Amino acid sequence: MAERIRWIRWQRTRAIAAKDLRVELRGRVLLNQVIPFSVLVLVLFGFAVDDDGIAQRVAPGLIWMATLFSLLVMVQRTFAVEAADGALDSLRVAGVDPTVIFWGKAMALAVQLAVLEIVLFAAAIILFAPTLRVSGVALLTATWIVSTAGLALVGTLYGGLTAGIQGRETLLPLLVFPVVAPVLIGATRAVESGLGTTGAAVSEGWPWIGLLTVFGAAFAAGGTLAFGPLIDD
Amino acid sequence: MTSVDLAAGTTVDDGSRPAVELSDVVAVIGGFPVLAGVDLRVERGEIVLFHGPNGAGKTSLLRLCAGLLPLERGTGTILGMDVVDHRDELRRRVGLVAHANGLYQDLTVAENVRFWASMVDADASEVDGALDRMGLRGRLADAPIARCSAGQRRRTALACLVVRRAELWLLDEPHAALDAAARDQLDEIIRAAAASGATVLVASHELERTMALATRHVEVRGGQIVELPGG
Repeated sequence: MAERIRWIRWQRTRAIAAKDLRVELRGRVLLNQVIPFSVLVLVLFGFAVDDDGIAQRVAPGLIWMATLFSLLVMVQRTFAVEAADGALDSLRVAGVDPTVIFWGKAMALAVQLAVLEIVLFAAAIILFAPTLRVSGVALLTATWIVSTAGLALVGTLYGGLTAGIQGRETLLPLLVFPVVAPVLIGATRAVESGLGTTGAAVSEGWPWIGLLTVFGAAFAAGGTLAFGPLIDD
Repeated sequence: MTSVDLAAGTTVDDGSRPAVELSDVVAVIGGFPVLAGVDLRVERGEIVLFHGPNGAGKTSLLRLCAGLLPLERGTGTILGMDVVDHRDELRRRVGLVAHANGLYQDLTVAENVRFWASMVDADASEVDGALDRMGLRGRLADAPIARCSAGQRRRTALACLVVRRAELWLLDEPHAALDAAARDQLDEIIRAAAASGATVLVASHELERTMALATRHVEVRGGQIVELPGG
């Protein structure tokens, strides 16, 4: 019985993620708006720094700053889709397990964030020309995975919290930015080590992966427990 | 239909109890009593019309039946399930269509219905059946909701209720924003739902239309039920 319930939950989680991704493919908001916006942020940061050496050193931080700005746009979009015709209310009314909604939406958001980060990373390599070293690839990949998961989980949790609140557009950044500071710091340091932009060794980046993993695990547990009461109230 | 609470693994409805049974129900929103001692019994398969002035408590009554409004006092069972103890299971078997249809604008009619089917493990034949029943097959099934008329959207929302196998339909102003043809079509759908065993509660201001549709009509006034003679 427990096995069957787990299987049903997984199927429904996948269905919600697939629905969110289908909505994104139809609307092309990520492709037409979020990616150009985030690349523009990266370019503007480059103009502001206006020094090749400095730009190369701060490139990892710029990638994650642009990701955080874009995260807000993506979270607002994913919950605007639910709110437009009362779909989130309908899911709630229909007794769909809130944990299923949380994980489904977080999975879809993670996929979109992962695509965005690849584009931003490539743009940063082109714009600021930091050297890629083979020994850093595993660290960069691990940073990409755990940071994406952490940001998606936080974004979904706070998106759900602010979904029914007036003034959510301004409230969301106020709530999310302080919370994701550990991801910004950890992911930036890890990418610096992976690229060697500040002269750091690859091995110095791995402890930051530990921090990012703990962060993700904390918000996975918190979201699983709290998302239901948050969208119910 | 007997239902099993997946979480608890216990049977919670043997189908013998009325669809709705409320006794001295009081519900409060923001300190204001929206339902003030409601007694109501609705048998399975009935179509009951709730009417009354704005703020009378019609929507609150529907929301209570959907397991969305906590009881302050009194007792209630919906489809034989206690509204407090079996809220989650109750929600799974009740369908509420209010002013919003709960649809995804970027998805097509069929994709919306399929999505809801995936939430209840309904198969493709049930999706086809629901689309058929609502007259949504053919080219219309592939139309994005954003391009559908108000009537088509409402029918899609009802198709979602069908595919969810909702046994109690709660319709809040279902005729609003529909043209005459769409209203007639909606009436037929409601009659067919009741004929197939569903219970339908309708809150409406459209008295002439819904009185002809309903098997019973009930006035809601000041958060209380005023059952009309011969209603």
